[in-house]
Amino acid sequence: MLAAVLSGFCLAALVPWLQPRLGARAGWLFALLPAGLTAYFATFLPAVAAGETFRVSYPWVPGLDLELAFYLDGLALLFALLISGIGALVTLYASDYLAGDARQPRFYVLILAFMASMLGLVLSDNLIALFIFWELTSITSYLLIGYDHEAAFARRAALQGLVVTVGGGLALLAGFLLLGTVGGSYTLTELLQHGEAIRAHDYYLPLLLLVLAGAFTKSAQVPFHFWLPNAMAAPTPVSAYLHSATMVKAGVYLLARLHPALGGTEAWILLCSLFGGVTMLTGAYLAVRSTGIKWVLAYSTVMALGTLTMLAGIGTEKAMIAFGAFLLGHSLYKGALFLVAGALDHEAGTKDILEMGGLRRAMPITAVLAAVSALSLAGLPPLFGFIGKELMLGAVLNAPFLAPLLTAMAVATGALVVAAAGAVAVRPFFGPPARTPKTPHEAPWGMLAGPALLSALSLLFGLAPGLPGEGLISATAASLAGEPVHAHLALWHGLNLPLALSALAVAAGVLLYSQWGRVRGAMNRLEALDARGPEAGYERLMAATTRLAERLTRILQNGYLRSYITTTVLTLVGLVGYTLLTRYEGGFAGGLDVRFYEWVIAGLLVAAALFACSTRSRLGAVASVGVVGFAVALFFILFSAPDLSITQILVETLTVILLVLVLFKLPDFMSFSTPRQRLRDGAVAGLLGVLVTALLLIAVHYQFAEPISAYHLAKSVPLAHGHNVVNVIIVDYRALDTLGEIFVVALAAIGVYAMIKYPGGPGHRTDEDESAV
Amino acid sequence: MEPLMAVLVGITFATAVYMMLRRSIVKLIIGLTLLSNAANLLFFTASGLTRGAPPIIPEGAEQPAGAVADPLPQALILTAIVISFGVLAFALVLIRKAYQVVQADDLDQMKDTDT
Repeated sequence: MLAAVLSGFCLAALVPWLQPRLGARAGWLFALLPAGLTAYFATFLPAVAAGETFRVSYPWVPGLDLELAFYLDGLALLFALLISGIGALVTLYASDYLAGDARQPRFYVLILAFMASMLGLVLSDNLIALFIFWELTSITSYLLIGYDHEAAFARRAALQGLVVTVGGGLALLAGFLLLGTVGGSYTLTELLQHGEAIRAHDYYLPLLLLVLAGAFTKSAQVPFHFWLPNAMAAPTPVSAYLHSATMVKAGVYLLARLHPALGGTEAWILLCSLFGGVTMLTGAYLAVRSTGIKWVLAYSTVMALGTLTMLAGIGTEKAMIAFGAFLLGHSLYKGALFLVAGALDHEAGTKDILEMGGLRRAMPITAVLAAVSALSLAGLPPLFGFIGKELMLGAVLNAPFLAPLLTAMAVATGALVVAAAGAVAVRPFFGPPARTPKTPHEAPWGMLAGPALLSALSLLFGLAPGLPGEGLISATAASLAGEPVHAHLALWHGLNLPLALSALAVAAGVLLYSQWGRVRGAMNRLEALDARGPEAGYERLMAATTRLAERLTRILQNGYLRSYITTTVLTLVGLVGYTLLTRYEGGFAGGLDVRFYEWVIAGLLVAAALFACSTRSRLGAVASVGVVGFAVALFFILFSAPDLSITQILVETLTVILLVLVLFKLPDFMSFSTPRQRLRDGAVAGLLGVLVTALLLIAVHYQFAEPISAYHLAKSVPLAHGHNVVNVIIVDYRALDTLGEIFVVALAAIGVYAMIKYPGGPGHRTDEDESAV
Repeated sequence: MEPLMAVLVGITFATAVYMMLRRSIVKLIIGLTLLSNAANLLFFTASGLTRGAPPIIPEGAEQPAGAVADPLPQALILTAIVISFGVLAFALVLIRKAYQVVQADDLDQMKDTDT
């Protein structure tokens, strides 16, 4: 199973190398991998249908409790089949759809990498691994939406999708960490066993809210639904694959997966069914309002995601069966419809439904495929979409909370969806022929194979609902329930309430479609509300973030060196000083055993340092800096460091010469500051001085460890044959360090030489080379 | 002796930072020089002060005679002295070049990359 997940990544890595060698038909070969994976996953069908589950695990980062574990049950298998199956069709489709596009290799890389990430997501048995795959799908989705990266709207849409889903992903990570802590494990299968304890825990509600935030953003629930239609900027195969059949269902998948652990509480049922119901209705409403064919389909995807969330929320056995059936049905018809929309765009040159008409003559096969899938979307018999919708209505009628409200929303949604299906499948193909930008003709077979297969499955599963129902759908519902479920799917359930509601919805939908123009007109009058909608809120939030960043940058990075130094010093003094004053209880070094000549040197040093600060003469300042340096050298010699003293004297001499030579070329000291500023800077500098003194007194007071130089002293003569231990350390024990030091000095010398020599400028001799060591 | 040294180090640090807070670039250089001296002295003091016992092993002996000063901090400071000199030389020439271009001693006039 590891190979199944990773093979997508491997092939993606090989694409840039393979594509030029295979030429235009490369897509056909790439489609073999997902097709093979579909066959591989299909071999699990009988066992999973019989209630078996599979688990394999490989250690990944054992120290972090992170393992690469895969778990295959009904839910995972349903998703894996959809991901690999539709992946194969989409890859095949793209080789015609993107024919002649120079960016094709990039498309295959991303789509294969996405497929592997998505497979990893639905098969992972570890929360952290699941999260990693989750974010990988967000990133590949970002790159695919922005495929046409030269178009500003595509870049904007890509970023919007990324910000919304990754923002939710952040919440999800926090939720997972809480879940892992509360449940005592990051392994999904173990967590699912401890549902009782998790639901009873104090952290259950925050945990639930965080996980739902992640799932709702990914699955485009209101109020985060706005990113999904914008994602239609991606090429149509991407929209068919990521933004209807697979990636956006990741959130729904998560809800279903965690249902045995988190579901069933009042908070879960209310939040999921309310958000889901509102999303369902909003999506259907907006689908009818739109005229871009991809937008209609995108909003109807929002509708479907809302329905699935609602069903996961309701959580009765009926709802779980409906969840599986609706999920499968939606992926089949929506994938097909998107591919049809792509064919229309490709062959007729327009995405606007209002610009199409009478295309059935030029594109008869496409018209038939669109009709079959649209009937499934509208929920009409004998298509599989009908069964899903009937089950959904049955589940809603028996919902534990809010049943009347949810039923009303479901019926209204049903009516709107029928109208949307008409807009997609009737309007472009019937009526008087419209003048399209391109002369329409039938799409190549590579672009027809996908929608044909998907439409055929919609029909087949509708006529023989037991085919998926007995096995896959039952197993999926069992994953949600956490116990075996037996689903019996049938076209005809007799005359019952769901059927009556369906009939009502269809009648209302047909009426709506017949008045589509007028309905849209009325809806457009409400468009002003968009200015207060969630997308406008998103825009405002992004603009405010940029403004805040600008303001902060202007304050913090203002270009004044002294402001940086002041900030750094005050932060240091504030944090360390506060800690010292409030926490430090130890002692300070004492013992003022100072000899007379040491007092003299100390006085000299202080006087010279203060003079350097206050003098207005450049030469005076340089001279007093020299005095400070020599005083330091004297201290070195007094306290047993003759080598330091020699080096210090040499370097100090060179420094003074250098300063004098260069200062000669620089202007006189200027006084730019007011006495007040000098007082302020003096205070800042004084604070640092006090802090350093205090820290040094503490540092001298303690010795935490034995110095390692005992070894150096003991081995200097026997091993290194040197009597001056300092020198031995430099050239022997730490020779590489010294090499680095020589390198730094050489680099400085080259820099100095280059700056003096170029460009032009009169050469100026600086004796900066030295060989003190 | 250490308390006196700690005060000296504090004063040197304070004067160095004070100079670096000036607007004149020449004063910045003076500040840098003082800062490297202050840092070296800080490290030297922190490692403990020993009078008159350099870490040198007498001729013919294998081990030092009695307690000597810790040689490792001295080696580190030696490196630091040389590096800080390299940095100073580089900074000095950089500032000279900047002055040639900007024709001003005022750091405030160098706050943008366009000048």
